[in-house]
Amino acid sequence: MLTDIILTVAGAVLVGIFGIIVAFFLMGIDRIVTARMQARIGPPLIQPLTDMRKLFTKENVVPANAIPWLFNMAPVVALASAITILLYIPVGGFPPVLSGGGDLILVMYLLTLPALALVAGGFSSGSPYATVGAQREMVTMIAYEFPLAVVIIAIAWKLTVSGIPLPFMLASVQANPVWGLVGPLGIIGILILFFVLLIVTPAELSRIPFDTPEAETELAGGVLVEYSGKNLALFTLTQGVKTVVMASLVVALFIPYRLSAILPTPAILQPVLDLLFYLVLVVLVSFIAVSLIRVSMARFRINQVVSAYWMYLSLVGIAGMLLIMADHILGVV
Amino acid sequence: MNGDTKKKSTPYTVPIGPVHPALKEPVMFTFQMEGEVVRSVDFAPGNTHRGIEWMGMRRNPVQIVHLTDRICGICGVVHSLSFARAVEQIAEIEVPPRADYIRTILHELERMQSHLLWAGVAAHELGFDSLLFLAWRVREQSMDLIENLTGNRVNYGIVQIGGVRRDISDEQRPIIEQGLSYYRGLLDQMKTVFLDDSTIRMRCRGHGLLSYRDAQILCAVGPTARASGVAMDVRHDYPYCAYGDLNVQPVIPPQEFGGPQGDVYDRIIVRLLEIAQSIDIIQQCMDNMPAGEILWEKKYPKLLSVLKKAQGEAIGRVEAPRGECMHYVRMDGNDAPATWKVKASSYSNLMSWIPMIKGEQLADIPIIVASIDPCMSCTDRVTVIREGSAANLTKEELTRLSREKTRRLSQC
Repeated sequence: MLTDIILTVAGAVLVGIFGIIVAFFLMGIDRIVTARMQARIGPPLIQPLTDMRKLFTKENVVPANAIPWLFNMAPVVALASAITILLYIPVGGFPPVLSGGGDLILVMYLLTLPALALVAGGFSSGSPYATVGAQREMVTMIAYEFPLAVVIIAIAWKLTVSGIPLPFMLASVQANPVWGLVGPLGIIGILILFFVLLIVTPAELSRIPFDTPEAETELAGGVLVEYSGKNLALFTLTQGVKTVVMASLVVALFIPYRLSAILPTPAILQPVLDLLFYLVLVVLVSFIAVSLIRVSMARFRINQVVSAYWMYLSLVGIAGMLLIMADHILGVV
Repeated sequence: MNGDTKKKSTPYTVPIGPVHPALKEPVMFTFQMEGEVVRSVDFAPGNTHRGIEWMGMRRNPVQIVHLTDRICGICGVVHSLSFARAVEQIAEIEVPPRADYIRTILHELERMQSHLLWAGVAAHELGFDSLLFLAWRVREQSMDLIENLTGNRVNYGIVQIGGVRRDISDEQRPIIEQGLSYYRGLLDQMKTVFLDDSTIRMRCRGHGLLSYRDAQILCAVGPTARASGVAMDVRHDYPYCAYGDLNVQPVIPPQEFGGPQGDVYDRIIVRLLEIAQSIDIIQQCMDNMPAGEILWEKKYPKLLSVLKKAQGEAIGRVEAPRGECMHYVRMDGNDAPATWKVKASSYSNLMSWIPMIKGEQLADIPIIVASIDPCMSCTDRVTVIREGSAANLTKEELTRLSREKTRRLSQC
């Protein structure tokens, strides 16, 4: 019992550290890749780490009309909750640390926590820019939540009807890739859901075209406008960890393969191979969902964000879900 | 509805400026917002007043030409040309035809680089940074051309009273031709990138509307007015330099884009088409450039003695990339002019912000503000400081002050 607890805590710490390292890695890659696509050279890979080190040596400035305790607490809560999600989803080819404790529904709820912390921090900083940014963050959150739920429910439903126990557990999603459970119609449906989740990712991460809450040219950084020094570093880190979370979630739901299962490898090398494969997948997902979309679009207005998610993406997601259902019904008949 | 919710729905104030990432130069905006929608807007320029006119009135016209180069970081040719033309009219100086053509070429190159710079800024305001970098990379070619012709990337120092300071040699002609063909090849691509992009269209079509009537009432000039369908262009209406010899028509959004609607999208169209027009004008100038002198008088002492004797007043008008730019000069037989007044194009365009922004969303403010391509350091000519802080003047006070100034001027 005691060893279990120690192992879990050790695992949690390791996953936390691992998540942060991968976060820096992804942020660095994103900056280089984006720069290259914009005809720039871009910073070295370790630039995010250097930025962070500098931010951590800086003073926290708390505005006079802020609510200090909430203002200072928000970044800590945001980072802590972002790391907590990592404990519930498979990272680096390993099963989740807290695999017995939670499922996809929990992950969905946890995903709102960093955003809520950001909103709380924005409202408590007492700046009109931050207030507008916090309102937009809330609206964005409400907007992308529905398509995200559609994706998760569609996959869990498919697992349920395929007779797999505990369909919402990530371990069972991991063990039974959805692609193998459906016919050709279902594969189109899953591809659509895959696309929907990739489009939800930039909104979850407040990236262009969905960076309306931060909107540099409109709100001068929006929710983050009053944050500086260590608090800003924590929020930036949260953003990075959330990138890892979303990329890992996409990988876990749609590409839950392990290279060691396909290639015959010695037992010792298996974790290394899985880890490398995982990193490749995560970089690929973050490239498509973050960098590629970011360089090819202008920022949306907040009402365009809402209509994009509530109307178009939800409809597309539901269409994907219906295709999977149709595929199942036809398969049974 | 109880009192509490009612209180929350009253408009709240969002200040933007004087320093804000959406603004490239300082100006103070105060927005009355209702949710994300702007109910009313007020703005206060006057944050970059540098006293250039004051400096100029203590120098002779040849020295002022170099000062005019520094009024605006982008419109160096525009201001120096405008000033030079005013002084040339007073002193009755005839500019050699070749100098007129060189002035025109540089004037159009400047327009090209200014519009490309604007295109990049507009893309950045929309959050489309890739386009910013691409537009500015393309702009480098025109900057290189200008550097090749004048020796400087900014503050060219090329215009001189009575002509230009550098000739275009035969070796430089192929370089210009090469630059022009580079832009000709890019034009279609730029139109596709800016006008066919769905996110740009979503953000710009139907936003920041300035009706034909408002554009006329508020005296908008340049691309801002032309995008609303007002066919005005100093190069066409009041030709100067070589424009009288060339075929220049005001650029109005053509029917293929739905005709002039006066929105931000139309302002993009007008500027892109003006780049094409500039290429055409430079080509015409290159083909028809006459040989001859480039200066009315090469010897400075002689030029200065002529200028010192000159008496009278004149207005130099040129079509800047942003619209009509005007320099009023009055000389009274002294070294320095008695009066020098600069009215930059942004001064006429600023008021059109108010009908454009009203009713729009907060998200559209940066692009709408940028859509008239404001140049605050060109515009700011007055700052009133009373007892250590900036003072507001009412309409009556301003009228009284302007009448006093006119009377003072007419006496001297």
